[in-house]
Amino acid sequence: MGSAASEPRTAQHLAPTVDRSVKVLVVGAFGVGKTTLIRAVSEIPMLSTEESITTASVGVDPRRDEKRTTTVAMDFGRVTVGSDTALYLFGTPGQRRFWDLWSGLADGAVGALVMVDTRDLAQSFEVLDQLEEHTRLPVAVVVNEFPDSPRHALDEVRAALDLPKGTPVVSGDVRGRPRAVEALTTLVAHALELRRAEGVAA
Amino acid sequence: MHSDGYRDHPVRSYVLTGGRAHPTRNTLRPETLLRAVDDGRELPGTAGRHERALLQTCRGTLALAELAAYLHLPVSLVAVLVSDLVDGGYLAVLSTPVHDLPDTDLLEEVLDGLRGL
Ligand SMILES: Nc1nc2c(ncn2[C@@H]2O[C@H](COP(=O)(O)OP(=O)(O)OP(=O)(O)O)[C@@H](O)[C@H]2O)c(=O)[nH]1
Ligand SMILES: [Mg+2]
Repeated sequence: MGSAASEPRTAQHLAPTVDRSVKVLVVGAFGVGKTTLIRAVSEIPMLSTEESITTASVGVDPRRDEKRTTTVAMDFGRVTVGSDTALYLFGTPGQRRFWDLWSGLADGAVGALVMVDTRDLAQSFEVLDQLEEHTRLPVAVVVNEFPDSPRHALDEVRAALDLPKGTPVVSGDVRGRPRAVEALTTLVAHALELRRAEGVAA
Repeated sequence: MHSDGYRDHPVRSYVLTGGRAHPTRNTLRPETLLRAVDDGRELPGTAGRHERALLQTCRGTLALAELAAYLHLPVSLVAVLVSDLVDGGYLAVLSTPVHDLPDTDLLEEVLDGLRGL
């Protein structure tokens, strides 16, 4: 990091008509399929950035602080929707210890796609808890089906995860673009519904 | 203030950015769209190589996070460089940042766009 500014990968610019952007977070435990989903949707090769996050406040010994700095890779993709809007998909691990990294990402986001692996549902609790505690982001759950995943009815998953009422749950193999796009569409439709309900209530 | 949530190593950021540890504009987000201003004006000789590479890369529209990825620099650091270049008139911010949650117009447009993919 920080040394390769002389030879950047050829940038794939957006169309000149694009002047709006919006983002979705793709959150979930390690290896649950975040990168796979983003890659399936993205119009550009996956990009990634590394962020150093400092978990402790700055102390007296700078060398010790250095040791408490962890580097987290955040990968992302992009898809142009309509003629003037770029949708960014940011993949981020949702665990508590990474909260500093994605708290900044959450502001202004359409919502979060929470990816869940039914072979280890418990791993998803922390991610959902973090979202609920720190944000009011609309959430849709994607149950990623691996070949050896036990097949649960989506209602069972919903109950096990104790999801707020109305939270959409979709499932399928997100390596294919249609399924990945469908998951996104579900999230955006849900966000729109929530937003409209809010408008009515206000 | 860490309102952008990005906390690169504070000391290194401070040194690399010539003493300004945080962006002057807290409106910059990873998805903020940017493009170099094409008016033939050259960067001053004192500009660093990161600034030069940044403007070079941003000849067409890119988001802040894309710039960071292409330049192999943390988003937090690129945000500082960008905000200086915007203040200097070398770089334009094209998108208005969404705060909190996007409004229904934007969501409808995104939904239509996704259905058209
Ligand atoms: N069969 C099947 N395999 C999948 C699916 N989604 C992802 N995989 C595989 O699961 C593995 C992990 O997927 P990734 O997309 O890298 O997961 P990730 O969440 O980005 O992982 P980390 O970034 O390491 O946390 C890869 O080998 C994928 O090919 C799916 O829907 N079906
Ligand atoms: Mg990944």
